[in-house]
Amino acid sequence: MRPHLLALLAKEPAHGYELKQALEQTFGSAYPSPNIGQIYVTLGRLEKDGLIRAVDVEQSNRPNKKVYYLTAKGRDVLEAWVDEPTEGPRVRDEFFMKLVLAPLTGIADRMALISRQRRHYLSLMGDLNDLMSRTAPTDRVAMLLIEGAMLHLQADLDWLERCQEDLA
Amino acid sequence: MSTVVKTVNLVKIYQDGAVPVPAVRGVDLHVEPGEFVAIMGPSGSGKSTLVHMLGGLDTRTSGEIWLDGKRVDTLSESAWALLRRNRIGFVFQFFNLVANMTVGDNVELPALLAGASPKVARERRESLLAALNLTDRAGAAPAQLSGGEQQRVALARALANEPSLLLADEPTGNLDSRNTRDVLRLLSEVHKEGQTIVMVTHDARVASLADRLVSLFDGEIVDDGRIARRRTRTAGEVIDLR
Ligand SMILES: Nc1ncnc2c1ncn2[C@@H]1O[C@H](COP(=O)(O)OP(=O)(O)OP(=O)(O)O)[C@@H](O)[C@H]1O
Ligand SMILES: [Mg+2]
Repeated sequence: MRPHLLALLAKEPAHGYELKQALEQTFGSAYPSPNIGQIYVTLGRLEKDGLIRAVDVEQSNRPNKKVYYLTAKGRDVLEAWVDEPTEGPRVRDEFFMKLVLAPLTGIADRMALISRQRRHYLSLMGDLNDLMSRTAPTDRVAMLLIEGAMLHLQADLDWLERCQEDLA
Repeated sequence: MSTVVKTVNLVKIYQDGAVPVPAVRGVDLHVEPGEFVAIMGPSGSGKSTLVHMLGGLDTRTSGEIWLDGKRVDTLSESAWALLRRNRIGFVFQFFNLVANMTVGDNVELPALLAGASPKVARERRESLLAALNLTDRAGAAPAQLSGGEQQRVALARALANEPSLLLADEPTGNLDSRNTRDVLRLLSEVHKEGQTIVMVTHDARVASLADRLVSLFDGEIVDDGRIARRRTRTAGEVIDLR
C-alpha cells in the first residue's frame, strides 16, 4: 500500500481518514476496503523513512489531527515506482511444482491433479462472474480489474489443457 | 422425474477413413433434471462426437443412450427428428440457421413445430431476441449477420421450443465479451428456471456457470465432479485470490 498512499499524497496533503476515503473512491468496489489501522501503520513507516512528513492541524473541540504531505524524497520514490516495469504473472507457480514433482513421489497422478485444479479454477471463475454481475457497469475501474482476473484465469485453464496434452 | 440423459458404455468409432478412429471410448454419463453439465477437454478428445450422439445427429457404434427414461439409440432417423423437435434444443459448433428465413422466423419456427400456439411462439421469439440483444436484427437474413450474431440466433432458436434438454457445442466461440455477457445471462436464467443443459465449451466464464464439469481425454471421461459454489464474497476477497 506504500506507493498507493504516496500517489494520493502527491495530489494533495491529507489525513489518514481522507486517504481511506480516496482509495475507496478511486478504486470503487474493486479495492479491498482498507483498514484505517493499516493506513496509520503505513503512514508511520513512510514518515520514519522520510518519504512523507506530518503537520498538526488544530481542530475546535477535538484533538489535533495529523495532515501528511509528500517530501522530495517521497516524490523520487513514487516516480521510480511508476517508471519501473511491472513484473508479469508468475508462470512457475505452486501448482506447476506439484504437477511436476507429485508423480515422482507416487502420491498423486497428473491427470487427477490437473482435473482437480481445473475445477478449482472454474469455481474461482464462478466467484468472478458473481462479482461482475453485482458490479455496476459504470464502475469502470472495478470492471476492468475483474475482466483482467478473468482473462488470467482463462489463460491458466488453457495452459492446464496444454499440460494435460503433454504430460498426462 | 427420471434421469434426463443416461449413456451406458457409449462408443463411437469412425470407420470412414483408412484406419478406424475411436472418438468416444466407453462413456457412462448421467445427467439429472435441471443439471447444467459442462464438458471440457483438448481438441479431438471426442466432445462434439459425444453431444452429437446425444442429439441423434451421429450414430453410436455400441452402447446405449437413454433420454428421459426412454432408450433412444435404437430409434429411426424420423423418430429422432420428432424427438429433437419436441424435446431437444441443439446449438452447433458451426451454427446452422435456415438461410432463406429471417432471423425472427428461425427462432419462431421450432416453437411452432413443437406445437406451441402462434401467440406463444411469437412471445417466446420476442423475449429470446430481446434477451440476446437481437431485436433489431429480427428481419435480417442469417447471411447478413456477423458470426457472433448468428451464434446468438442459434442459441435463441435452440431454446424456442423450451426443450427438456439443451445440447450446445461451443456456443460462445465467436462472441466478444459484451455478447458473451448476454449469453451468460440468458443461460443462467434458463438454468435457474430448471433447464437441463449439457454444454461443450472452452470458455471458462461459460463453464463456470455449470453445476458439474466432465473432462474428456482421448474419448474417455477422466474427471466428473461438481464445481464448488461458495458463499458470495466481496470484491477484495475474490480478486485477492489471484
Ligand atoms: N466424421 C468423422 N470422420 C472421421 N473421424 C472423425 C469425424 N469426426 C470426428 N472425427 C475424429 O474423432 C475425434 C474426436 O473428434 P471431435 O470432433 O469429437 O473432437 P472435439 O473434442 O469436439 O474437438 P474440438 O475441440 O476440436 O472441437 C478426432 O480424432 C476427430 O479427428
Ligand atoms: Mg468439437
